[in-house]
Amino acid sequence: MKTVKLSLLGAMLMVFSLPGIAWAADASAVDAGDTAFMIISSALVMLMTPGLALFYGGMVRRKNVLSTMMQSFIIIAIISVQWVLFGYSLAFGPDHGHIIGSLDWLGFNGVGAEPNPDYAGTIPHQIFAIFQLMFAIITPALITGSIAERMRFPAFLAFTVLWATIIYDPLAHWVWGVDGWIRNLGALDFAGGTVVHISSGVSGLIAALILGKRKGYGKEPMLPHNLPWTVLGAGLLWFGWFGFNAGSALAANGLAGTAFVVTNTSAAAAALSWVLAEWLHHGKPTLLGAASGAVAGLVAITPAAGFVTPLAAIAIGLIGGVICYLGVGVLKARLGYDDALDAFGCHGIGGTWGAIATGLFATTTVNPAGADGLFYGNPALLKAQIISIVATYLFAAIGTFVILKVVNAFTRIRATEDEELMGLDSTMHGEEAYRDFVLTGSLSKGQFKEKVAEAPSVTLNISST
Amino acid sequence: MKKIEAIIRPSKLDEIKEALGKFGIHGMTVTEVIGCGLQKGKKEVYRGTEYTIDLLPKIKVEIVIRDKWVDEVIRILVNTARTGEIGDGKIFVYPIENAVRIRTGESGEEAI
Repeated sequence: MKTVKLSLLGAMLMVFSLPGIAWAADASAVDAGDTAFMIISSALVMLMTPGLALFYGGMVRRKNVLSTMMQSFIIIAIISVQWVLFGYSLAFGPDHGHIIGSLDWLGFNGVGAEPNPDYAGTIPHQIFAIFQLMFAIITPALITGSIAERMRFPAFLAFTVLWATIIYDPLAHWVWGVDGWIRNLGALDFAGGTVVHISSGVSGLIAALILGKRKGYGKEPMLPHNLPWTVLGAGLLWFGWFGFNAGSALAANGLAGTAFVVTNTSAAAAALSWVLAEWLHHGKPTLLGAASGAVAGLVAITPAAGFVTPLAAIAIGLIGGVICYLGVGVLKARLGYDDALDAFGCHGIGGTWGAIATGLFATTTVNPAGADGLFYGNPALLKAQIISIVATYLFAAIGTFVILKVVNAFTRIRATEDEELMGLDSTMHGEEAYRDFVLTGSLSKGQFKEKVAEAPSVTLNISST
Repeated sequence: MKKIEAIIRPSKLDEIKEALGKFGIHGMTVTEVIGCGLQKGKKEVYRGTEYTIDLLPKIKVEIVIRDKWVDEVIRILVNTARTGEIGDGKIFVYPIENAVRIRTGESGEEAI
């Protein structure tokens, strides 16, 4: 009897497991663990952009908080569509002259559930594309820190679409695309030090210079209106960055673990060194400094995240925190440009240091697919890193300059003095973040008469005393 | 009737409310204000840039009282709000022409 029962059970198991076996045979390359990890990593990176909206939104004056957050938020919508239509194809599609991808993957044509072994052999191609989309979203959003409080919204929209298409997509192709020229050069950029941070920081600086300073900059205080939001935003950025860097391993493996460890370590070290630097320089350790330092450390480790040891991450973070502090606290004041929320100070300078640090600290003991840096006896990597940095600076700066001049020929990029004075929230969007009183009449004439009739009457006995 | 307007340190509000309550004064209007007098501003630092904040937060307490209570109320306020440091605030006294309680229509001293 027992044998019969066991045989029945065995037969049932066979029957139920057949479809599974058949499915597994069809898509043997897709790994469930890697795919789950990459879907979650993509979602983590997505959360960074609303986090950035909070980070930036808290640092502006209250009359510009919505317009600043809108710039981050609307980019999620714009780039999500641009990426599916043609952005992904330009960045990662089959190579044209080592400069740009082809248009073969327009509309995600051919980007499906099967893996693309050129980029990630164990996850659906669509998941790789959506992971990359989140990078394409946050990069132009980072630029908005430089142009905050003074750019007109229509011009901002046009700039964003053009910048993503003309700067980001080719740059991503150079560095990460199969046969991209910087990739072929041997330069390393694990999660976007040049593609994301240098490009956005340099473009932000150029945009800030072209737009000009905010009205009253340097003469009146322009203080953050809600630092708790900024800290919450920094926390979300830090959290999301685990998807950004660990996810860039493109698999749930030891390399992802290493990237996670060095990311957290560098952020922590930079938060400490920034706070210490300003404590010594100005006498008080500030929370804005701690939040800014953490972001600087995250930026600095990004290109190196898959190639360096945890000890190297401490050095990269400590140095990154101090040089970014000097960038925003000293360099900006000396040169007098109005990089409103320090997109260049944190991302441009931090990204540059990170790309150089990759050339110094990278080691094949961490990642055999990488390369050794200068400290491990290979100066060639540092040379490749510097070429990639210079190329990114030139391309981002010239491209941003041309795009803004072209946009300005069609629609004014700078808000008028009146618009700036009133704030962009009400002049660009017709909204206010904080309203103490509702100053509009909400009662009709008839309702008003009814209210008056309902009111109890009292006998007045007014006498002066 | 007189209106007493006292500009005080925010930390002193609870003590003043309690002292006035013991004296029998429960009605008051309290506003958060900013201002400057003899007290110097303070320094704040944001991302390495120093700003001097000249206007400091204070509390304005407004009460309307019978004429005969004025001296005693001022004495209570001064004794309660004083720390001896610069920035303790100021008291202003205004004459009040009339007062009306909206609910009942009473006026004059009956209304305060």
